[in-house]
Amino acid sequence: MRVVIAEDLALLRDGLIRLLTAHDCEVVAAVDNGPDLHKALTHHRPDVAVVDVRLPPTFTDEGLQAAISARHTQPGLPILVLSQHVEQLYARELLSDDRGAVGYLLKDRVFDISQFIDAIHRVAAGGTAMDPAVIAQLLAKHTDTGPLAQLTARERQVLAEMAEGRSNSAIAGRLYITEKAVSKHINSIFTKLDLPPSTDDSRRVRAVLAYLNQ
Amino acid sequence: MARPRYRHHTRPGLLVWSLLLTTHTAAGTVLLSLSLAAAALSAIWVGLPLLAALTRLLRGHAHTHRRLLGHLLATGPVPAPAYRPLTDTRLTTQLTTLLTDPATRRDYTWLAANSTAGLILAALPPTLLGHGLLALAHTYTWRHAPSFYALQPVTTQPDAWPSLITGALLITLALLLTPTTVHTYTRLNRRLLAPTEHDRLTARVAHLATSRAHTIDAQASEVRRIERDLHDGAQARLVALGMNLGLAEETLTRDPQAAHRLLTEARETTRQALTELRDLVRGIHPPVLVERGLDGAIRALALTHHIPIALDIDLPGRPPGPVESAAYFAVAELLTNTAKHARATRAWVRINHGRDRMVITVGDDGRGGTDPRAGTGLTGIHRRLAAFDGTINTHSPTGGPTIITMELPCGIDTPHRTNPAPPPAPPPAMAP
Repeated sequence: MRVVIAEDLALLRDGLIRLLTAHDCEVVAAVDNGPDLHKALTHHRPDVAVVDVRLPPTFTDEGLQAAISARHTQPGLPILVLSQHVEQLYARELLSDDRGAVGYLLKDRVFDISQFIDAIHRVAAGGTAMDPAVIAQLLAKHTDTGPLAQLTARERQVLAEMAEGRSNSAIAGRLYITEKAVSKHINSIFTKLDLPPSTDDSRRVRAVLAYLNQ
Repeated sequence: MARPRYRHHTRPGLLVWSLLLTTHTAAGTVLLSLSLAAAALSAIWVGLPLLAALTRLLRGHAHTHRRLLGHLLATGPVPAPAYRPLTDTRLTTQLTTLLTDPATRRDYTWLAANSTAGLILAALPPTLLGHGLLALAHTYTWRHAPSFYALQPVTTQPDAWPSLITGALLITLALLLTPTTVHTYTRLNRRLLAPTEHDRLTARVAHLATSRAHTIDAQASEVRRIERDLHDGAQARLVALGMNLGLAEETLTRDPQAAHRLLTEARETTRQALTELRDLVRGIHPPVLVERGLDGAIRALALTHHIPIALDIDLPGRPPGPVESAAYFAVAELLTNTAKHARATRAWVRINHGRDRMVITVGDDGRGGTDPRAGTGLTGIHRRLAAFDGTINTHSPTGGPTIITMELPCGIDTPHRTNPAPPPAPPPAMAP
């Protein structure tokens, strides 16, 4: 898998390169600023790009802007955005083109290497990887009223896992239940929330995120 | 000096105002005569209580006059100087306070000038007008009240006609003079009624000293809080992390399983330390404020609230960093208050900038009854804004709605980025 990395702190950049190389990824470019990232994305057309939100020269949301504009010119270009903090606003902007192949994670998530590599693969394959912190905030907004209040505790867990972007088998593994039970919960969730059923994993995730983002 | 702007600027309108001002000024003349009498009587003590009473009356009179002028001048009421408050009811202390107050001396100066020169200025146009009308009437009244409006003794009706010319001339003169007399009158009054430059600067220095003290206090306690949070939080966790790693290193060969446990623990500790640091950073200066400015930061903030928050933000660029930060935390605090106490179903934030001021209004449809003096929240915002000469105004009747208006004087930087934040993205469309 060909990867472009954009991270301005050398320490973290080197760490990411080492980590990804060790997991069968080829780092085709590692850049430390917005304009270079733009060039690398158009020139290399990587399988996935791992991008820090804040980059030089402005040290604002240069990385996020570069990622969003690259996806304008190359629709569906897989991008995993990393940040020291997560904002629902940014998650919304990343998801707004409804094409999938996006991820938005806190930098801490890198600690759990297998989860992180899994997220990268998911994004490269056209899925999504949303940070649990974003999903928790979205769920918290819906607790008091509306159809979400009708979900059982287990269904809420499944919903959260699904919103983060996990497949049925991954959810089953994490909640120690069978895949069949997972799909039963998902069917129930979709009925309660009045969402159109779908067998496509990533499409289903996007429907759930769209619902939560309302 | 440029002519002052009036709310009523037609010549007849100003003429009517002259009449009104004449009446009020004449009342002042009575007050002046009484005061002079009281001053004379003070020599035999009996005048002193009278003088005290009259001085208090004068304060009220001057204040009414300031407000009266406020209805005429587009700039609003004339500002009052800082009077010494009369808290003690004992006559002697009241007398001492009144008579040693520089504002009293100024009030009497105004009274003397206004009752003489001011009265002449104010009364001149109405007097001319009155005589003009009398001259016009003279074409009929000459039989009963002979006068010289026709510039000669009148014995026949044709003799009386020239008084029409006199009348027209007097009325024209009244109308021509009015703007000049009113202008001179208001200038004289504003100069004598408003605090002197010295007084204004003294009050300003006092305000700056207070707000600086508050700012320094707030900063010091903020720094103490950060120090404590770092000391008890991230720093302590890093120590624990180092210990765990040291232990893991030691047990790695002897007991790999225990080492593995310690390493997992170390990872968890690191994550906790990062979470704490992240919260701390958010409290000092939210990263989204750096990245997106006030507009984006408020949008991000609104998304985290449970109730819908309508936003109407119109800023031509970015205000200076400190102002941006103060405004952000003020809005955040107010929205938190709304969420906690208001029982509102919706809220709104409006921000715009014009004439070198940023105006922020935060409102909700909750139950109202917010007391600006009760909670420390609003007082805190007030102090934070005072450092920038900003103001906060609370309107929150019981039963709601609550509307809080904040004003912050500040310039605006023209956008320094060529690719500003994209327009707020609509929620992603539902997958088919």
